[in-house]
Amino acid sequence: MKFTSVFDIIGPVMIGPSSSHTAGAARIGRVARDLFGRQPKWATIHLYGSFAETYKGHGTDVAIIGGLLDYDTDDERIKTAFAEAEKAGMTYTFLPETAHTEHPNTARIVMGDDDGEMSVVGISIGGGKIEISEVNGFKLHLTGGMPTILVVHDDRAGCIANVANCLAMHAVNIGHMEVSRIERGLTALMVIEVDENVDDRIIEQISYIPHITKVSKMNT
Amino acid sequence: MDVLFHNVRELVERAEQEGKLISEIMIEQEIGMTRRSREDIMAQMDRNLTVMEEAVERGLRGVTSVTGLTGGDAVLIQNYIQSGNALSGDLLLDAVSKAVATNEVNAAMGTICATPTAGSAGVVPGVLFAVKNKLNPTREQMIRFLFTSGAFGFVVANNASISGAAGGCQAEVGSAAAMGAAAIVEMAGGSPQQCAEAFSITMKNMLGLVCDPVAGLVEVPCVKRNAMGAANALVAADMALAGVTSRIPTDEVIGAMFRIGQQMSPSLKETARGGLAATPTGQALARKIFGSAADVQS
Repeated sequence: MKFTSVFDIIGPVMIGPSSSHTAGAARIGRVARDLFGRQPKWATIHLYGSFAETYKGHGTDVAIIGGLLDYDTDDERIKTAFAEAEKAGMTYTFLPETAHTEHPNTARIVMGDDDGEMSVVGISIGGGKIEISEVNGFKLHLTGGMPTILVVHDDRAGCIANVANCLAMHAVNIGHMEVSRIERGLTALMVIEVDENVDDRIIEQISYIPHITKVSKMNT
Repeated sequence: MDVLFHNVRELVERAEQEGKLISEIMIEQEIGMTRRSREDIMAQMDRNLTVMEEAVERGLRGVTSVTGLTGGDAVLIQNYIQSGNALSGDLLLDAVSKAVATNEVNAAMGTICATPTAGSAGVVPGVLFAVKNKLNPTREQMIRFLFTSGAFGFVVANNASISGAAGGCQAEVGSAAAMGAAAIVEMAGGSPQQCAEAFSITMKNMLGLVCDPVAGLVEVPCVKRNAMGAANALVAADMALAGVTSRIPTDEVIGAMFRIGQQMSPSLKETARGGLAATPTGQALARKIFGSAADVQS
């Protein structure tokens, strides 16, 4: 079930003109920033399908930049996000693409700073609701409906148990969990949906576990 | 908790068996799914209602979009109602003007509440603030109006689509109009089944509506489609309250909308490549607004 709340239908409160192309775009940008863990210094945004065809008219570009600046869908500053990004020292490029994607409203945000890079693919499925379908090349299915922890780690025995133990010690209950890897023995990803937002202290502790390379979280 | 309804049949059956309003079933499901309190959920919907009210008021004072393509029509219609010469009825035109007002604010990058989307945000508030003057609802009844709309929208979003890019305008203004029609019926004292009939009658008349915005902007023809969505909703609600029923059950109408959306050409699904967007005037406007890069003829 894609839509779980009445406020997915009656809402969000937002700056116009398009729930999928403006509010959804802002949310994709904001979740990407969340996953990156901080405000990126630069971002290259690839737009596909209807996003590529109509992004200027819908303010999709300013909305994604607004999201990367941590603005919510109803933040009036979305309108002037380009100027705000400049003030904040963030550069950006938009690339409308012709490649066909599964969903018509898809954006790939490649962002980074001196300390790292990340690639996030988001799709806007209607009414301002979004899904994250890829992070750093890993296919996944993140709806943002539940607080989520993403852990990139070496594909070694015991990694999953160690992370689960750390969460258990802090009495964090796991609601849903997916694990995947690009190739056996190399890099793997855990996507862990939990019942409540987790604080930065827990995220930091997980990052100290051996063979863990990166931890990000997405609160709701 | 499991969801209380997956389709309109289950929604109506549950409401009728338990002797509850559709809005109440929606509120109970929201409590169960999110574990938030009733007060919290009602308060959030109250805030959304306030945003809608403010958008209508702002639009009725007159706004113009950044491009200048839309704005000011809500004022024209209100003035016309005041003249006393309106042929189609004051309440109907009031709904139309308030739907237009909301979408004019949206096109001007103002603050609105997506219902179910921004491009279709005018319909539900339009009909709500028009029937308000006739039915004199309490604040709670107005909030419930939004939960009833939301219950039907919830089914459409999960079983079909509320995205113009995925299903055309029928999925956006079509859904909004049908949701609004159902909510009018509940506020007017109709049964849950009558709400579903009003939904079906409206949606059947929105089937096939394409999403062909000029220059890709949520302006032309979106604003006027919201006007007609509101009119459609009111007429269908009256028909259902009169006892008219739909031969095709609501869930099958929703299924038809979904399949039509899948069969619709991508050029007619929010890509600004077909329909009104591809007319000579539509293309000329696109060029004027964005320069030659927006010349969409492939």
